[in-house]
Amino acid sequence: MKINKNIAISDSGFVFNPVNGESFSVNPIGAEIIDMMKTEKSYEEIHKTLISKYNADEATIEKDYFDFVGLLKQHNLIDNNEEA
Amino acid sequence: MEKLRYERPVIKKLETGMPNKFGLRTEYAPMTHIDGVAVKKLIEDYGSPLYVISESTIRSTYKKAKKAFSTRYPKVQFAWSYKTNYLNAVCNVFHQEGSWAEVVSGFEYEKAIRNGVDGKKIIFNGPDKTADDLRKAIQNESLIHIDHLDELYTILELTEELEKRPKVAIRVNMDTGIYPMWDRFGFNYENGQAWDALNKIMRSGKLELMGLHCHIGTFMLTASAYAVAAGKLADLAIGIQEKYNHSIKYIDLGGGFASKNTLKGAYLPGSDTNPTFDDFAEAISTTLLNCNFRNNELPLLILETGRALIDDAGYLLGTVIANKRTSMGKRTTILDIGVNLLFTAFWYDHKITPAQPFTHYTETTQLFGPLCMNIDVVRENIDLPLLNKGDHLVVHQIGAYNMTQWMQFITLRPNIVMIDMESKVHLVRENEKIESITNHERMPEHLKNFEL
Repeated sequence: MKINKNIAISDSGFVFNPVNGESFSVNPIGAEIIDMMKTEKSYEEIHKTLISKYNADEATIEKDYFDFVGLLKQHNLIDNNEEA
Repeated sequence: MEKLRYERPVIKKLETGMPNKFGLRTEYAPMTHIDGVAVKKLIEDYGSPLYVISESTIRSTYKKAKKAFSTRYPKVQFAWSYKTNYLNAVCNVFHQEGSWAEVVSGFEYEKAIRNGVDGKKIIFNGPDKTADDLRKAIQNESLIHIDHLDELYTILELTEELEKRPKVAIRVNMDTGIYPMWDRFGFNYENGQAWDALNKIMRSGKLELMGLHCHIGTFMLTASAYAVAAGKLADLAIGIQEKYNHSIKYIDLGGGFASKNTLKGAYLPGSDTNPTFDDFAEAISTTLLNCNFRNNELPLLILETGRALIDDAGYLLGTVIANKRTSMGKRTTILDIGVNLLFTAFWYDHKITPAQPFTHYTETTQLFGPLCMNIDVVRENIDLPLLNKGDHLVVHQIGAYNMTQWMQFITLRPNIVMIDMESKVHLVRENEKIESITNHERMPEHLKNFEL
């Protein structure tokens, strides 16, 4: 699963998609996930990083991660040619 | 290394366009305590969901209402509307403050008597009073507000057997310029039904006509309708004085004052737009004082407002069961609070706040209850922080009707606690157990056994 390469993301959580001009606001953990996806980290790596950093159980992080990815897909921020 | 506080990831599309000047504000600020008691502790001790009633809010709201009327009119009496919330603890707070009781059934009448209310200070309204109910009310010298002629004739029959002179009033319905006009209760003012009933009462010689009553509607968003109602009742009172040389003792304008809740479809929050006690008091008092009552014969003004006195004092605490998304990607959150406990969710956009701190990130969410029924929607659209399973929420202003119109449906009803003036928590109604329901059932012998 790859995030569109040309997505721009600022430190304050402002996301811009130059393909269609749409912009988004993302919270810090969401921005962190997008950053990791941009560097082509695998789900397992992202999951491990979040578990070690945040005070939440594995199931919650897994569930919320896939919910977030669903949102990225819905907003056309994920390369739809890639298999999830 | 200590781990960071987790918040679920969220991304929100930024929409451009005109800002919505009518939008309700997002409830970021958590309500962690009610009257000094931690919401978390309340749920730990009494479970979730949980109704919480604030005694201090009841008393302060009552005092505000009393002041609004008593500073404008010399003789004012409140009567607590039992149907709005007939938990004994709630009723007794109002009785301690000086409220009489206003009941609409034999069941409520019995509750008021058991609470220790003097029968003479019970107002008996409603269309369904059995002969036994009326017999009891006549013997206790309660104020019987007659709804229809059948009731009037039953009372007249009972006077033969009881040798008492029943104290009665009639309920009058009327056009006050609002829609819908409530003309199903009582006798109509405009078409002469009210005068017909009054003539029958006066000519019978067997009944003591004490007052005139009306109740023009519910959740009234205009105070001026009460001025019309007060004027029409005063006109009847003065007419009775002229025709029969009989002074009625009171005018009862019923209830129907809007609380500060926000009706569905309203542009602005009810807290900003709904009339205040002062608005209602001004409209009613000015009208009565300007009517031509004889010197020293101003009638007592009775008010039966329920909703506006108790809504603010009630909270419903709940817990997030799950987060989901609809087919279109919209966030939905399932709570353990449903329309079984929050009947008023059908007509209010209830204010709902988280019970623990969050960041300022929010998501537009649809709140569902726990019932396996499609109608179980608590809020269609609300901007809420990023709630997780197990997080607690506080639903505000639920004191009116939810603890009487609730449904034992699919699941059992929870505990109700009252926080007293010293922040002590009292259990005022125990949660239901399965036996609370099954103990009332009877199994026919031939249905006791089966094989699958």
